[in-house]
Amino acid sequence: MLKKNLLISIWMTLATTVLLGILYPLAVTLLAQWAFPRQANGEIIHLGGKMVGSSLIGQPFSSAGYFHSRPSAAGAAGYDPDASSGGASNLGPTNSALLTRVNSDVQRLQAENPEARIPADLVTSSGSGLDPHISPASAEFQIPRVARERKISEGDLRALVAEHTEGRQWGFLGEPRVNVLELNLELDAVHPLH
Amino acid sequence: MTANGWLQIFLLLLVTFALAKPAGLFMARVFAREKTWLDPLLRPCERVLYKLTGVDEKREMRWTEYAIAMLLFSGVSMTLLYVIERVQQHLPWNPEKLVGVPTDLAFNTAASFTTNTNWQAYTPEVTMTYFTQMAGLAYHNFTSAAVGIAMAVAIIRGIARREQETIGNFWVDLTRTILWVLLPVCLVVAMIFVSQGMIQNLRPYAKTQLVDAQTVTTTGTDGKTTTQVVNEQKIPQGPVASQEAIKIFGTNGGGFFYANSAHPYENPTPLTNFLQLVLIFAIPSGLTYTLGRMTGSQRHGWAVWGAMAVLFLAGVVSVYSAEARGNLLLHGVDQRASGAQSGGNMEGKEVRFGIANTALYATVTTDASCGAVNGMHDSFTPLGGMIPLINIMLGEVVFGGVGSGLYGMIVFVILSVFIAGLMVGRTPEYLGKKIEAYDVKMAMLSVLIFPLVILTFTAISVVAKSFGTPSISNPGPHGLSQILYAYTSATGNNGSAFGGLNGNTLWYNTTIGFATLFGRFFAVIPILAIAGSLAKKKYVPESAGTFPVTTPLFTVLLVSVVLIVSALTFFPALSLGPILEHLMMHAGKVF
Repeated sequence: MLKKNLLISIWMTLATTVLLGILYPLAVTLLAQWAFPRQANGEIIHLGGKMVGSSLIGQPFSSAGYFHSRPSAAGAAGYDPDASSGGASNLGPTNSALLTRVNSDVQRLQAENPEARIPADLVTSSGSGLDPHISPASAEFQIPRVARERKISEGDLRALVAEHTEGRQWGFLGEPRVNVLELNLELDAVHPLH
Repeated sequence: MTANGWLQIFLLLLVTFALAKPAGLFMARVFAREKTWLDPLLRPCERVLYKLTGVDEKREMRWTEYAIAMLLFSGVSMTLLYVIERVQQHLPWNPEKLVGVPTDLAFNTAASFTTNTNWQAYTPEVTMTYFTQMAGLAYHNFTSAAVGIAMAVAIIRGIARREQETIGNFWVDLTRTILWVLLPVCLVVAMIFVSQGMIQNLRPYAKTQLVDAQTVTTTGTDGKTTTQVVNEQKIPQGPVASQEAIKIFGTNGGGFFYANSAHPYENPTPLTNFLQLVLIFAIPSGLTYTLGRMTGSQRHGWAVWGAMAVLFLAGVVSVYSAEARGNLLLHGVDQRASGAQSGGNMEGKEVRFGIANTALYATVTTDASCGAVNGMHDSFTPLGGMIPLINIMLGEVVFGGVGSGLYGMIVFVILSVFIAGLMVGRTPEYLGKKIEAYDVKMAMLSVLIFPLVILTFTAISVVAKSFGTPSISNPGPHGLSQILYAYTSATGNNGSAFGGLNGNTLWYNTTIGFATLFGRFFAVIPILAIAGSLAKKKYVPESAGTFPVTTPLFTVLLVSVVLIVSALTFFPALSLGPILEHLMMHAGKVF
């Protein structure tokens, strides 16, 4: 009984590895590449013959004329999808390192826009460290700075942000959000910095 | 908390309820070897597999042979995964030229994936080749799930059969689970995932230019500051959707990427997120219906389902309210929910999911033994992070892992009828079978292995200053929570983590690897013994003195037994970890 079942175990492992470990993912890859090539290959954005990012992967922005993404713990500059230690801060709620980081961001942002309240997502880092989105509140918070830098009216900019604000999927799934990279690329196209 | 958040939570429960009958009925037909509409396609494949591997599909097994076959298959396939990891640099589909996995990490990963845990002490992007992900890791997502379901089917047969020596054929149950249940659903789901933006390719990592180049100043260990310009992003690729489908549907939870389902390529939209939640619960919830169907007591199946639903709601309400309140140590930050932001404790969470969907995901993934995450549990508020931990401590019986949730809950059912029997002074009965000393002993064995492994390893780690505590990343009571969570997750075969803990050390890799093996096999062998014992027994017709297992009263008793067993065991440890941290946080204490 032992020997017979051991033999079956070996053959079963090999046969199912071919079926589930090789044939199945290759079949899905072929189907995906045929039916949804753009999505299957990461929604890479091409601009002037160069690859300038992916619609799904956030990027770091620090120039005043751009909308800024959320803080990121992925790599030295943030938003490094290949960071060897992953992209989350994993800071606990009572860790002083978290509070120090948030407080310094709060001070910087308060100086920039003293009247407005600072939205939670703008001073917290995401789980992936690659969050492509900010909340509509965080976009609104940054409108005065970006409008000033780009020398356009806040009203025009607000309209552009509204165009790039995605509602809940099917009206009720998830949360409203703004894709930072796509918004900034649009800004560069219609209201270039200089 | 928002109305929209509650809507999404109740919608999930509703869909889970609606799917229980069709899924459970289909599985009952598959395991009773009745005809299904997939037969013309799958029966020939099944016959070929049996021919190739030498399986006699008519042969029935006693519980001992069933257990031995299961252990041999797990052992052989775990060895193959270990070998693949070690020699992956010589295997195909390695565009990034990754090297072999070190021994302790390879053992930890092989044990973890074989046991349906999928604890990940590595960063996949820089560790695992596409071949290892596909033929090693995703492969075990299928088989460990199928093994779990086979075990559940075996115990259901044990309850249903009368005066018989055998409980089915392991190889047949395994093969039919893979071909009829797992593979067809995964093919369809993977394509839906891709349509939403989940990637599926075998290309080298994409190199793209940053729109706004960053200048970074870092201070080295020697005190020197260096300035570097970062103007490029290297974006990992890979066959993600095919792995994601089974990662979720088989309640495995091992991410293709380190960030798991928080990664935009692994969970691109709120729709993929909702679909993942539905798929995690689909089989475990359906199996309660299969239980009712195969034992001829549909109302018992629903009574068990009811207990699970009650525990699910209690969990999700707790996490959602804790996370929505936010982190009260953050000053000058607007954490209130509004139409323009989800607010709350957003550290470690994605904007597209917000508080409601992250709280829901954390609850579902630990109710089931899934362990996939779409936000980082380590950064949850103390109470928000405690509930996922408690969910695992309950034995992951709130719908639970595929198969493991049901057989875990049946152990609690046996304890419940035993306790009810003690109260009225009669020999307990369960669906026409007398529950005797042997069965209760086996049930207790299965329950006790859990705290024994968790508390022993945790206790050693928190006092070991050379190899235990240095891995802690969050000081104070949170550090204890990190270690407690690690061993609880490993022994419960969950796989989620308080991710700040550095688990990639010789001590943690080895002990966590063994914890996953103990938690899986020491728990399941007594359950197969119960299956064998019950199958042999005579049917005893229900009488006036029988405690009914089909009523709301039974559901209440079952919920109480689940809670009491775990609460008494783990409350002391919890009070020193998350509960203490919560109290100190309210006193304004920072670590």
